[in-house]
Amino acid sequence: MEYRNVMTTCPYCGTGCALYLQVLDGKVVGTLPVKGHPVSQGSLCIKGWNAHGFVHHPDRLTKPLIKENGDFREANWDEVYDLIAAKFSALREDPGPDSIAVLSSAKCTNEENYLLQKFTRAVLGTNNVDHCARL
Amino acid sequence: MNRLEPLRSAIEEVLDKVDGVVALRNVSGHVAPHLFKDREELDELAVSPKYPLPGTLHLIQTAHPEAQLAIVCRGCEERGLIELAKRNQVNLDNVTIIGLACTAEEAEECRCAKPYPSVLVDSHVGERTEPVADRLAEGLRQKDVAERLEFWRKQFDRCIKCYGCRNACPQCFCPECTLEEGLWVDKGEVPPAYPTFHLIRAMHTAGKCVGCRECELACPANIPLTTLYAVIREEVKDLFGYEPGVDLEDRPPLVLTMEVES
Repeated sequence: MEYRNVMTTCPYCGTGCALYLQVLDGKVVGTLPVKGHPVSQGSLCIKGWNAHGFVHHPDRLTKPLIKENGDFREANWDEVYDLIAAKFSALREDPGPDSIAVLSSAKCTNEENYLLQKFTRAVLGTNNVDHCARL
Repeated sequence: MNRLEPLRSAIEEVLDKVDGVVALRNVSGHVAPHLFKDREELDELAVSPKYPLPGTLHLIQTAHPEAQLAIVCRGCEERGLIELAKRNQVNLDNVTIIGLACTAEEAEECRCAKPYPSVLVDSHVGERTEPVADRLAEGLRQKDVAERLEFWRKQFDRCIKCYGCRNACPQCFCPECTLEEGLWVDKGEVPPAYPTFHLIRAMHTAGKCVGCRECELACPANIPLTTLYAVIREEVKDLFGYEPGVDLEDRPPLVLTMEVES
């Protein structure tokens, strides 16, 4: 029997509200607002209150999928990364880097988002990069 | 007065006799509910800001019905436990209650009618302070229905429909909530229809709201929900002679069959 609260930042937009994930016996079971936090001041919006919902959701993808002939099949990460690298390399050559766009995520950290724009500009060679948290 | 040291001593006294103690823990300046099991963790014990600890107890007890637990309870939390116990949401036979009195400042902030526990407590920390009247509620009770409706219309116009009032409420334990049913509440409508959304919640908490103010503290729009429920609590008291959170044996009016005088 174990119950604790883990403080984190809401993944849904760029505001940066703080929330506690309620962890019971190793499973995330609920969300609580963080009282006295300078950004969210003990409140949350409807998305923040449900921030725990996707963690153990049965619909959540836990393995990478590759679409072949219109259907998805499970794959391993090595195979998926090889495929992604091959496709990106081919597109960068023809028709060119600006044929690729990258959309980053609010569920990543600042540092991961920095890396993704660096990868987009320095490796893929395009400025087509944006972010879903740019509300 | 410092309540932290006496509270730590009170918890240490029961820690070996129970499977865990539900109380507040301060990690790097951030306070949250926690299940204390080790003496070392008590270095991080905290008393405020308050969180709805009866809700935490309900969560743990539902997963571990046989666990022997202790809980730190303020006046409002004790009243909440009494109402939860009446509705079979917590089993008080397995719970040791450590009472914690609120300071005069905390009572003032919460407009609390009884800022200390006194019914269930096995031990008690802190000194009792005086009850505080809800002046906004008293003022509203003097107004007529049209003025009250107008007052609340202005307040609820700010609602962003986050469901925070319901989520924060330890008394809101229904697995299925009327406020999520399309029959009663239209999806995607913000602010929600007035007065149905808020009055559904108000009616569903009538006879069990104990004025812990967690709904109001969670509200991003600063709607004085505690006052709304305080006014209704007074009405329930006048009509049915029932006060939530006072006596374990009193049955709430909404679960009783109404006797009609012939």
